[in-house]
Amino acid sequence: MKSNETLNRLTGQCGEWLRGSGPESDIVISSRIRLARNLADFPFIRKCTPHDRSAIERTVREKLLPAKELSQLMYVNVDGLENLDRQFLVERQLISRELAESVGARSVAIDEQEKFSLMVNEEDHLRIQVMKSGLDLDQAWEQINEIDDILEARLRYAFHRRLGYLTACPTNVGTGMRVSVMVHLPALVLTRQLDRVFRSLQKISLAVRGLYGEGSQSMGDFYQVSNQITLGRSEIDLIKQVGDVVPVLIDYERRARNLLFSQSEKDLHDRVSRAYGILCTAQTISSEETMHLLSSVRMGINLGLIRDLEIPTINQLFIHTQPAHLQRIHGSELDTENRNIERAIYLQRHLRQGRQADGSETN
Amino acid sequence: MKCMHCEKPATFHITELTGPEPRELHLCEDHARQYLTQPDEAESSSPATLAGAVAQQLKVGQTAEELARLDQQACPVCGITFFEFRNQGRLGCPHDYVAFESELEPLILNIHGENRHVGKLPRRAPGTIESQTELIRLRREMKEAIDREQYEHASNLRDQIRRLEDQSAGQDS
Repeated sequence: MKSNETLNRLTGQCGEWLRGSGPESDIVISSRIRLARNLADFPFIRKCTPHDRSAIERTVREKLLPAKELSQLMYVNVDGLENLDRQFLVERQLISRELAESVGARSVAIDEQEKFSLMVNEEDHLRIQVMKSGLDLDQAWEQINEIDDILEARLRYAFHRRLGYLTACPTNVGTGMRVSVMVHLPALVLTRQLDRVFRSLQKISLAVRGLYGEGSQSMGDFYQVSNQITLGRSEIDLIKQVGDVVPVLIDYERRARNLLFSQSEKDLHDRVSRAYGILCTAQTISSEETMHLLSSVRMGINLGLIRDLEIPTINQLFIHTQPAHLQRIHGSELDTENRNIERAIYLQRHLRQGRQADGSETN
Repeated sequence: MKCMHCEKPATFHITELTGPEPRELHLCEDHARQYLTQPDEAESSSPATLAGAVAQQLKVGQTAEELARLDQQACPVCGITFFEFRNQGRLGCPHDYVAFESELEPLILNIHGENRHVGKLPRRAPGTIESQTELIRLRREMKEAIDREQYEHASNLRDQIRRLEDQSAGQDS
Protein backbone atom coordinates (compact mmCIF):
# COMPACT_ATOMS: atom_id res chain seq x y z
CA MET A 1 0.00 0.00 0.00
CA LYS A 2 1.42 3.42 -0.94
CA SER A 3 1.99 6.00 1.79
CA ASN A 4 -0.75 8.23 0.44
CA GLU A 5 -3.31 5.43 0.39
CA THR A 6 -2.37 4.57 3.96
CA LEU A 7 -2.82 8.17 5.07
CA ASN A 8 -6.16 8.43 3.26
CA ARG A 9 -7.29 5.31 5.02
CA LEU A 10 -6.21 6.66 8.41
CA THR A 11 -7.98 9.97 7.72
CA GLY A 12 -11.25 8.14 7.18
CA GLN A 13 -11.09 6.02 10.32
CA CYS A 14 -10.80 6.39 14.07
CA GLY A 15 -7.95 4.85 16.05
CA GLU A 16 -8.79 1.93 18.32
CA TRP A 17 -7.43 3.80 21.34
CA LEU A 18 -10.06 6.56 20.89
CA ARG A 19 -13.03 4.26 21.06
CA GLY A 20 -13.58 5.15 24.71
CA SER A 21 -13.99 1.60 25.93
CA GLY A 22 -11.61 -0.18 28.26
CA PRO A 23 -11.41 0.19 32.04
CA GLU A 24 -11.90 3.66 33.58
CA SER A 25 -12.33 5.22 30.15
CA ASP A 26 -14.30 8.19 31.53
CA ILE A 27 -10.99 9.52 32.87
CA VAL A 28 -8.27 7.39 31.29
CA ILE A 29 -8.06 7.97 27.54
CA SER A 30 -5.28 5.55 26.72
CA SER A 31 -2.49 3.35 28.04
CA ARG A 32 0.72 3.28 26.08
CA ILE A 33 3.99 1.40 26.36
CA ARG A 34 7.01 2.05 24.19
CA LEU A 35 10.31 0.20 23.97
CA ALA A 36 13.54 1.72 22.64
CA ARG A 37 15.78 -0.76 20.82
CA ASN A 38 18.96 -0.45 18.75
CA LEU A 39 20.58 -2.78 16.26
CA ALA A 40 24.08 -3.90 17.28
CA ASP A 41 25.40 -3.68 13.71
CA PHE A 42 24.96 0.08 13.32
CA PRO A 43 26.04 3.21 15.20
CA PHE A 44 23.35 5.11 17.10
CA ILE A 45 21.42 7.56 14.94
CA ARG A 46 23.54 10.65 15.44
CA LYS A 47 26.65 8.81 14.18
CA CYS A 48 24.82 7.17 11.27
CA THR A 49 25.76 8.08 7.72
CA PRO A 50 22.85 8.48 5.26
CA HIS A 51 23.90 5.06 3.97
CA ASP A 52 23.61 3.57 7.50
CA ARG A 53 20.14 5.06 7.95
CA SER A 54 18.92 3.57 4.68
CA ALA A 55 20.53 0.23 5.55
CA ILE A 56 18.75 0.15 8.94
CA GLU A 57 15.42 0.87 7.31
CA ARG A 58 15.98 -1.77 4.66
CA THR A 59 17.15 -4.34 7.21
CA VAL A 60 14.11 -3.81 9.41
CA ARG A 61 11.70 -3.96 6.50
CA GLU A 62 13.28 -7.05 4.93
CA LYS A 63 13.47 -8.97 8.18
CA LEU A 64 9.99 -8.11 9.36
CA LEU A 65 7.96 -8.46 6.17
CA PRO A 66 8.14 -12.27 6.19
CA ALA A 67 6.94 -12.44 9.81
CA LYS A 68 3.41 -13.73 9.59
CA GLU A 69 2.33 -11.83 12.72
CA LEU A 70 3.45 -8.53 11.19
CA SER A 71 2.27 -9.07 7.62
CA GLN A 72 -0.69 -6.70 8.01
CA LEU A 73 1.45 -3.68 8.84
CA MET A 74 1.27 -0.56 6.68
CA TYR A 75 4.71 0.95 6.05
CA VAL A 76 4.95 4.73 5.64
CA ASN A 77 8.15 6.32 4.36
CA VAL A 78 8.19 9.41 6.58
CA ASP A 79 11.11 10.99 4.69
CA GLY A 80 9.01 11.09 1.52
CA LEU A 81 5.98 12.77 3.13
CA GLU A 82 4.88 16.39 2.91
CA ASN A 83 5.12 18.41 6.13
CA LEU A 84 1.36 18.36 6.53
CA ASP A 85 1.22 14.57 6.39
CA ARG A 86 4.00 14.21 8.93
CA GLN A 87 2.10 16.56 11.23
CA PHE A 88 -1.01 14.44 10.67
CA LEU A 89 0.80 11.35 12.00
CA VAL A 90 2.02 13.33 15.04
CA GLU A 91 -1.52 14.50 15.83
CA ARG A 92 -2.62 10.90 15.52
CA GLN A 93 0.04 9.86 18.09
CA LEU A 94 1.52 7.39 15.60
CA ILE A 95 4.89 9.14 15.31
CA SER A 96 6.79 11.52 17.58
CA ARG A 97 7.60 15.12 16.80
CA GLU A 98 11.26 14.11 16.75
CA LEU A 99 10.62 11.64 13.93
CA ALA A 100 8.51 14.19 12.04
CA GLU A 101 11.09 16.95 12.29
CA SER A 102 14.36 15.09 11.73
CA VAL A 103 15.95 14.49 8.32
CA GLY A 104 17.09 11.40 6.41
CA ALA A 105 15.72 7.89 5.87
CA ARG A 106 13.07 7.13 8.49
CA SER A 107 9.73 5.39 8.54
CA VAL A 108 6.85 4.06 10.57
CA ALA A 109 4.98 0.78 10.39
CA ILE A 110 1.38 0.93 11.63
CA ASP A 111 -1.20 -1.78 12.16
CA GLU A 112 -4.65 -1.33 10.68
CA GLN A 113 -6.35 -0.51 13.96
CA GLU A 114 -3.60 1.90 15.08
CA LYS A 115 -2.93 -0.14 18.20
CA PHE A 116 0.70 -0.62 17.31
CA SER A 117 3.36 1.47 15.63
CA LEU A 118 7.04 0.91 14.97
CA MET A 119 9.18 3.99 14.31
CA VAL A 120 12.45 3.37 12.51
CA ASN A 121 15.36 5.83 12.88
CA GLU A 122 13.93 8.07 15.59
CA GLU A 123 16.27 8.84 18.51
CA ASP A 124 16.89 5.08 18.62
CA HIS A 125 16.84 2.71 15.65
CA LEU A 126 13.51 1.27 16.79
CA ARG A 127 10.75 2.71 18.89
CA ILE A 128 8.01 0.15 19.38
CA GLN A 129 4.68 1.42 20.70
CA VAL A 130 1.44 -0.24 21.75
CA MET A 131 -1.67 1.81 22.58
CA LYS A 132 -4.81 0.62 24.33
CA SER A 133 -8.06 2.37 25.09
CA GLY A 134 -8.63 3.06 28.79
CA LEU A 135 -6.45 1.75 31.63
CA ASP A 136 -5.06 -1.48 30.28
CA LEU A 137 -1.30 -1.59 30.90
CA ASP A 138 -1.11 -5.35 31.47
CA GLN A 139 -2.56 -6.12 28.05
CA ALA A 140 -0.35 -3.45 26.47
CA TRP A 141 2.74 -5.09 28.03
CA GLU A 142 1.69 -8.56 26.97
CA GLN A 143 1.31 -7.39 23.38
CA ILE A 144 4.46 -5.30 23.14
CA ASN A 145 6.53 -8.02 24.80
CA GLU A 146 5.29 -10.47 22.20
CA ILE A 147 6.09 -8.07 19.34
CA ASP A 148 9.54 -7.40 20.83
CA ASP A 149 10.18 -11.17 20.88
CA ILE A 150 9.19 -11.41 17.21
CA LEU A 151 11.56 -8.55 16.30
CA GLU A 152 14.33 -9.92 18.48
CA ALA A 153 14.19 -13.28 16.76
CA ARG A 154 14.98 -11.51 13.49
CA LEU A 155 17.20 -8.55 14.46
CA ARG A 156 20.34 -8.32 16.58
CA TYR A 157 19.72 -5.85 19.40
CA ALA A 158 22.55 -4.07 21.23
CA PHE A 159 22.46 -5.53 24.75
CA HIS A 160 24.89 -5.13 27.64
CA ARG A 161 24.96 -7.87 30.28
CA ARG A 162 24.89 -5.39 33.16
CA LEU A 163 23.15 -2.35 31.65
CA GLY A 164 20.51 -4.10 29.55
CA TYR A 165 19.21 -2.70 26.28
CA LEU A 166 21.53 0.07 25.13
CA THR A 167 20.01 3.36 23.99
CA ALA A 168 21.30 6.58 22.42
CA CYS A 169 20.45 8.52 25.60
CA PRO A 170 21.45 7.07 28.99
CA THR A 171 18.05 8.15 30.35
CA ASN A 172 16.45 5.20 28.48
CA VAL A 173 19.04 2.48 29.11
CA GLY A 174 18.06 -0.82 30.76
CA THR A 175 14.50 -1.72 29.86
CA GLY A 176 14.24 1.06 27.25
CA MET A 177 10.65 1.26 28.41
CA ARG A 178 8.35 4.23 28.85
CA VAL A 179 4.88 3.54 30.27
CA SER A 180 2.40 6.39 29.76
CA VAL A 181 -1.20 6.73 30.78
CA MET A 182 -3.17 9.63 29.32
CA VAL A 183 -5.73 11.02 31.72
CA HIS A 184 -8.42 13.68 31.39
CA LEU A 185 -8.52 15.83 34.53
CA PRO A 186 -10.85 18.80 33.95
CA ALA A 187 -12.25 18.91 37.51
CA LEU A 188 -8.80 18.95 39.11
CA VAL A 189 -7.90 21.83 36.79
CA LEU A 190 -11.13 23.69 37.64
CA THR A 191 -10.66 23.23 41.37
CA ARG A 192 -6.97 24.21 41.11
CA GLN A 193 -5.70 21.03 42.75
CA LEU A 194 -3.51 19.85 39.92
CA ASP A 195 -0.16 21.27 41.04
CA ARG A 196 -0.42 19.61 44.39
CA VAL A 197 -1.25 16.26 42.83
CA PHE A 198 1.59 16.49 40.31
CA ARG A 199 4.14 17.49 42.90
CA SER A 200 3.42 14.33 44.82
CA LEU A 201 3.86 12.27 41.63
CA GLN A 202 7.25 13.79 40.97
CA LYS A 203 8.39 12.73 44.41
CA ILE A 204 8.03 9.12 43.35
CA SER A 205 9.95 9.64 40.07
CA LEU A 206 6.95 9.86 37.79
CA ALA A 207 6.81 12.49 35.06
CA VAL A 208 3.74 14.44 34.00
CA ARG A 209 3.56 15.81 30.47
CA GLY A 210 1.07 17.41 28.13
CA LEU A 211 -0.90 15.71 25.35
CA TYR A 212 1.99 15.40 22.89
CA GLY A 213 4.72 14.37 25.30
CA GLU A 214 7.94 16.00 26.34
CA GLY A 215 7.84 19.77 26.37
CA SER A 216 4.25 19.99 25.11
CA GLN A 217 1.58 22.13 26.74
CA SER A 218 -1.43 20.54 28.21
CA MET A 219 -4.39 20.91 25.88
CA GLY A 220 -7.96 20.07 26.72
CA ASP A 221 -6.97 19.10 30.30
CA PHE A 222 -5.18 15.98 29.08
CA TYR A 223 -2.06 14.84 30.90
CA GLN A 224 0.32 11.93 30.48
CA VAL A 225 1.76 10.22 33.52
CA SER A 226 4.88 8.16 32.87
CA ASN A 227 7.92 6.55 34.49
CA GLN A 228 11.24 8.41 34.45
CA ILE A 229 13.50 5.57 35.54
CA THR A 230 14.21 2.75 33.10
CA LEU A 231 17.09 0.88 34.77
CA GLY A 232 17.28 -1.29 37.89
CA ARG A 233 13.62 -2.27 37.92
CA SER A 234 11.85 -4.92 35.90
CA GLU A 235 9.28 -4.02 33.27
CA ILE A 236 6.55 -5.44 35.50
CA ASP A 237 7.67 -3.24 38.42
CA LEU A 238 7.76 -0.12 36.26
CA ILE A 239 4.28 -0.86 34.93
CA LYS A 240 3.05 -1.45 38.46
CA GLN A 241 4.48 1.87 39.63
CA VAL A 242 2.53 3.82 37.00
CA GLY A 243 -0.47 1.50 37.22
CA ASP A 244 -0.73 1.93 40.99
CA VAL A 245 -0.82 5.70 40.86
CA VAL A 246 -3.50 6.01 38.18
CA PRO A 247 -6.39 4.80 40.40
CA VAL A 248 -5.36 7.46 42.91
CA LEU A 249 -5.53 10.13 40.20
CA ILE A 250 -8.90 8.78 39.07
CA ASP A 251 -10.16 8.95 42.62
CA TYR A 252 -8.99 12.57 43.04
CA GLU A 253 -10.62 13.57 39.76
CA ARG A 254 -13.92 11.81 40.62
CA ARG A 255 -13.98 13.50 44.01
CA ALA A 256 -13.33 16.89 42.44
CA ARG A 257 -16.17 16.24 39.97
CA ASN A 258 -18.53 15.25 42.78
CA LEU A 259 -17.52 18.32 44.74
CA LEU A 260 -18.23 20.61 41.78
CA PHE A 261 -21.50 18.81 41.20
CA SER A 262 -22.70 18.99 44.79
CA GLN A 263 -21.57 22.56 45.44
CA SER A 264 -22.67 24.23 42.25
CA GLU A 265 -24.58 21.92 40.00
CA LYS A 266 -26.26 24.81 38.18
CA ASP A 267 -22.95 26.55 37.46
CA LEU A 268 -21.40 23.33 36.26
CA HIS A 269 -24.40 22.47 34.10
CA ASP A 270 -24.32 26.01 32.70
CA ARG A 271 -20.59 25.79 31.88
CA VAL A 272 -21.02 22.45 30.13
CA SER A 273 -24.13 23.53 28.19
CA ARG A 274 -22.53 26.77 27.04
CA ALA A 275 -19.47 24.88 25.84
CA TYR A 276 -21.72 22.50 23.92
CA GLY A 277 -23.71 25.43 22.52
CA ILE A 278 -20.63 27.22 21.22
CA LEU A 279 -19.22 24.09 19.62
CA CYS A 280 -22.56 23.46 17.83
CA THR A 281 -23.04 26.98 16.56
CA ALA A 282 -19.67 28.76 16.19
CA GLN A 283 -18.87 29.98 12.69
CA THR A 284 -15.12 30.19 13.25
CA ILE A 285 -13.16 28.62 16.09
CA SER A 286 -9.48 28.09 17.00
CA SER A 287 -7.96 24.75 17.90
CA GLU A 288 -7.24 25.94 21.42
CA GLU A 289 -10.80 27.04 22.12
CA THR A 290 -12.11 23.82 20.61
CA MET A 291 -9.96 21.68 22.92
CA HIS A 292 -11.00 23.74 25.90
CA LEU A 293 -14.72 23.46 25.16
CA LEU A 294 -14.58 19.79 24.17
CA SER A 295 -13.01 19.13 27.55
CA SER A 296 -16.07 20.61 29.32
CA VAL A 297 -18.43 18.67 27.07
CA ARG A 298 -16.53 15.45 27.74
CA MET A 299 -16.89 15.93 31.47
CA GLY A 300 -20.57 16.86 30.96
CA ILE A 301 -21.24 13.56 29.22
CA ASN A 302 -19.52 11.63 32.03
CA LEU A 303 -21.60 13.46 34.65
CA GLY A 304 -24.84 12.82 32.79
CA LEU A 305 -25.36 16.53 32.06
CA ILE A 306 -25.27 15.87 28.33
CA ARG A 307 -27.18 12.77 27.34
CA ASP A 308 -27.33 12.91 23.56
CA LEU A 309 -23.62 12.39 22.78
CA GLU A 310 -21.17 9.61 23.47
CA ILE A 311 -17.54 9.69 24.54
CA PRO A 312 -16.04 8.19 21.34
CA THR A 313 -17.56 11.05 19.30
CA ILE A 314 -15.83 13.60 21.53
CA ASN A 315 -12.54 11.66 21.71
CA GLN A 316 -12.45 11.61 17.93
CA LEU A 317 -13.24 15.34 17.66
CA PHE A 318 -10.24 16.16 19.88
CA ILE A 319 -7.97 14.62 17.26
CA HIS A 320 -9.85 15.31 14.04
CA THR A 321 -10.19 19.07 14.67
CA GLN A 322 -6.43 19.55 14.90
CA PRO A 323 -4.78 21.53 12.10
CA ALA A 324 -3.25 18.78 9.95
CA HIS A 325 -6.30 16.53 10.34
CA LEU A 326 -8.66 19.28 9.20
CA GLN A 327 -6.54 20.01 6.17
CA ARG A 328 -6.27 16.36 5.19
CA ILE A 329 -10.03 15.93 5.62
CA HIS A 330 -10.62 19.09 3.59
CA GLY A 331 -8.22 17.83 0.93
CA SER A 332 -5.98 20.90 0.67
CA GLU A 333 -3.83 23.26 2.71
CA LEU A 334 -5.68 26.02 4.56
CA ASP A 335 -4.44 29.17 6.28
CA THR A 336 -5.36 29.80 9.92
CA GLU A 337 -8.45 31.85 9.13
CA ASN A 338 -9.88 29.24 6.78
CA ARG A 339 -8.91 26.44 9.12
CA ASN A 340 -10.94 28.05 11.88
CA ILE A 341 -13.97 28.27 9.56
CA GLU A 342 -13.49 24.69 8.39
CA ARG A 343 -13.18 23.55 12.02
CA ALA A 344 -16.50 25.20 12.94
CA ILE A 345 -18.23 23.52 10.00
CA TYR A 346 -16.69 20.15 10.91
CA LEU A 347 -17.79 20.46 14.55
CA GLN A 348 -21.36 21.42 13.62
CA ARG A 349 -21.68 18.52 11.23
CA HIS A 350 -20.22 15.89 13.54
CA LEU A 351 -21.99 16.99 16.69
CA ARG A 352 -25.27 16.85 14.77
CA GLN A 353 -24.41 13.39 13.41
CA GLY A 354 -23.30 12.31 16.89
CA ARG A 355 -26.65 13.38 18.31
CA GLN A 356 -28.60 11.53 15.64
CA ALA A 357 -26.50 8.42 16.06
CA ASP A 358 -26.32 8.32 19.82
CA GLY A 359 -29.85 9.02 20.92
CA SER A 360 -32.97 11.04 20.52
CA GLU A 361 -33.08 12.66 23.92
CA THR A 362 -31.98 16.27 23.75
CA ASN A 363 -30.82 18.49 26.52
CA MET B 1 15.54 18.03 25.95
CA LYS B 2 16.70 21.64 26.02
CA CYS B 3 18.57 23.40 28.83
CA MET B 4 16.23 25.24 31.20
CA HIS B 5 18.17 28.45 30.75
CA CYS B 6 19.16 28.49 27.07
CA GLU B 7 18.59 26.78 23.72
CA LYS B 8 21.43 24.26 24.04
CA PRO B 9 20.59 20.59 24.68
CA ALA B 10 20.50 19.62 28.35
CA THR B 11 23.34 17.18 29.05
CA PHE B 12 23.13 17.34 32.85
CA HIS B 13 19.99 16.09 34.55
CA ILE B 14 20.15 17.01 38.19
CA THR B 15 17.72 16.03 40.90
CA GLU B 16 18.24 18.41 43.77
CA LEU B 17 17.17 16.71 46.97
CA THR B 18 18.40 19.22 49.52
CA GLY B 19 15.43 21.59 49.51
CA PRO B 20 11.98 20.97 51.01
CA GLU B 21 10.85 19.46 47.70
CA PRO B 22 12.95 17.53 45.17
CA ARG B 23 13.73 19.71 42.21
CA GLU B 24 14.50 18.62 38.64
CA LEU B 25 17.12 20.56 36.75
CA HIS B 26 17.98 20.03 33.10
CA LEU B 27 21.05 22.03 32.15
CA CYS B 28 23.60 22.43 29.39
CA GLU B 29 27.27 22.13 30.27
CA ASP B 30 27.78 25.87 30.83
CA HIS B 31 24.75 26.30 33.03
CA ALA B 32 25.53 23.10 34.94
CA ARG B 33 28.99 24.45 35.76
CA GLN B 34 27.48 27.74 36.77
CA TYR B 35 24.90 26.03 38.94
CA LEU B 36 27.40 23.72 40.58
CA THR B 37 29.93 26.42 41.34
CA GLN B 38 27.38 28.52 43.20
CA PRO B 39 28.96 28.13 46.65
CA ASP B 40 25.78 27.59 48.67
CA GLU B 41 24.11 25.09 46.40
CA ALA B 42 27.19 23.00 45.70
CA GLU B 43 28.36 22.77 49.28
CA SER B 44 24.99 21.95 50.70
CA SER B 45 24.39 19.08 48.29
CA SER B 46 25.36 15.69 49.61
CA PRO B 47 27.63 13.58 47.42
CA ALA B 48 24.74 11.16 46.98
CA THR B 49 22.81 13.60 44.79
CA LEU B 50 23.35 13.94 41.06
CA ALA B 51 24.58 17.44 41.70
CA GLY B 52 27.22 15.95 43.98
CA ALA B 53 28.28 13.33 41.49
CA VAL B 54 28.46 15.72 38.59
CA ALA B 55 30.35 18.15 40.77
CA GLN B 56 32.86 15.42 41.48
CA GLN B 57 33.06 14.73 37.81
CA LEU B 58 33.52 18.35 36.90
CA LYS B 59 35.48 19.74 39.75
CA VAL B 60 36.97 17.47 42.35
CA GLY B 61 40.63 16.93 41.53
CA GLN B 62 40.09 17.92 37.96
CA THR B 63 42.09 20.73 36.49
CA ALA B 64 41.03 22.33 33.21
CA GLU B 65 43.73 20.24 31.58
CA GLU B 66 42.35 16.98 32.90
CA LEU B 67 38.87 17.94 31.85
CA ALA B 68 40.14 18.72 28.35
CA ARG B 69 41.82 15.31 28.23
CA LEU B 70 38.60 13.64 29.34
CA ASP B 71 36.69 15.53 26.69
CA GLN B 72 39.06 14.35 23.97
CA GLN B 73 38.69 10.68 24.84
CA ALA B 74 37.15 8.95 21.85
CA CYS B 75 35.28 5.68 21.41
CA PRO B 76 37.46 3.36 19.29
CA VAL B 77 34.37 1.94 17.57
CA CYS B 78 32.39 4.99 16.43
CA GLY B 79 34.92 7.79 17.03
CA ILE B 80 32.63 10.03 19.10
CA THR B 81 34.46 12.08 21.75
CA PHE B 82 33.19 12.49 25.30
CA PHE B 83 32.97 16.22 24.58
CA GLU B 84 30.55 15.57 21.71
CA PHE B 85 28.37 13.45 23.96
CA ARG B 86 28.35 16.07 26.71
CA ASN B 87 27.42 18.73 24.21
CA GLN B 88 24.64 16.85 22.47
CA GLY B 89 23.42 14.44 25.11
CA ARG B 90 23.35 11.48 22.71
CA LEU B 91 25.86 8.65 22.45
CA GLY B 92 27.38 7.50 19.16
CA CYS B 93 27.22 3.70 19.41
CA PRO B 94 26.58 0.86 21.89
CA HIS B 95 30.32 0.59 22.59
CA ASP B 96 30.34 4.09 24.17
CA TYR B 97 28.89 2.49 27.29
CA VAL B 98 32.15 0.53 27.54
CA ALA B 99 34.52 3.24 26.25
CA PHE B 100 33.18 5.91 28.63
CA GLU B 101 32.20 3.54 31.42
CA SER B 102 33.83 5.46 34.28
CA GLU B 103 32.38 8.79 33.11
CA LEU B 104 28.89 7.43 32.44
CA GLU B 105 28.61 5.41 35.62
CA PRO B 106 27.87 8.32 38.01
CA LEU B 107 25.51 9.82 35.46
CA ILE B 108 23.56 6.57 35.10
CA LEU B 109 23.46 6.04 38.86
CA ASN B 110 22.05 9.48 39.36
CA ILE B 111 19.42 9.25 36.65
CA HIS B 112 18.19 5.80 37.65
CA GLY B 113 19.47 5.28 41.18
CA GLU B 114 20.71 1.87 40.01
CA ASN B 115 23.35 0.55 37.64
CA ARG B 116 22.13 -2.97 36.95
CA HIS B 117 19.43 -4.11 34.56
CA VAL B 118 16.96 -6.52 36.14
CA GLY B 119 14.36 -6.67 33.38
CA LYS B 120 13.87 -8.67 30.22
CA LEU B 121 16.78 -10.63 28.74
CA PRO B 122 17.26 -11.45 25.07
CA ARG B 123 16.50 -15.07 24.22
CA ARG B 124 19.86 -15.69 22.58
CA ALA B 125 22.87 -15.00 24.75
CA PRO B 126 24.43 -11.67 23.77
CA GLY B 127 28.18 -11.60 23.14
CA THR B 128 30.47 -8.91 24.49
CA ILE B 129 29.83 -5.36 23.34
CA GLU B 130 33.13 -5.53 21.42
CA SER B 131 31.95 -8.53 19.41
CA GLN B 132 28.43 -7.10 18.98
CA THR B 133 29.78 -3.84 17.53
CA GLU B 134 32.54 -5.31 15.36
CA LEU B 135 30.71 -4.41 12.16
CA ILE B 136 30.45 -0.75 13.20
CA ARG B 137 34.20 -0.66 13.87
CA LEU B 138 35.16 -2.42 10.63
CA ARG B 139 32.94 -0.18 8.49
CA ARG B 140 34.50 2.91 10.03
CA GLU B 141 38.00 1.55 9.52
CA MET B 142 37.20 0.80 5.89
CA LYS B 143 35.95 4.33 5.34
CA GLU B 144 39.11 5.73 6.89
CA ALA B 145 41.29 3.45 4.75
CA ILE B 146 39.52 4.69 1.64
CA ASP B 147 39.98 8.31 2.75
CA ARG B 148 43.72 7.60 3.15
CA GLU B 149 43.75 5.86 -0.25
CA GLN B 150 44.89 2.56 1.35
CA TYR B 151 42.82 0.55 -1.06
CA GLU B 152 44.34 -2.86 -0.40
CA HIS B 153 43.66 -2.55 3.34
CA ALA B 154 40.15 -1.27 2.54
CA SER B 155 39.50 -4.27 0.33
CA ASN B 156 40.58 -6.67 3.11
CA LEU B 157 38.28 -4.91 5.51
CA ARG B 158 35.43 -5.12 3.00
CA ASP B 159 35.87 -8.89 2.81
CA GLN B 160 35.77 -9.16 6.58
CA ILE B 161 32.64 -7.00 6.69
CA ARG B 162 30.92 -9.17 4.08
CA ARG B 163 31.77 -12.32 5.97
CA LEU B 164 30.35 -10.88 9.17
CA GLU B 165 27.25 -9.57 7.42
CA ASP B 166 26.63 -13.00 5.87
CA GLN B 167 27.09 -14.69 9.23
CA SER B 168 24.72 -12.23 10.84
CA ALA B 169 22.10 -12.76 8.11
CA GLY B 170 22.50 -16.55 8.47
CA GLN B 171 21.92 -16.40 12.22
CA ASP B 172 18.91 -14.19 11.94
CA SER B 173 16.91 -16.00 9.31
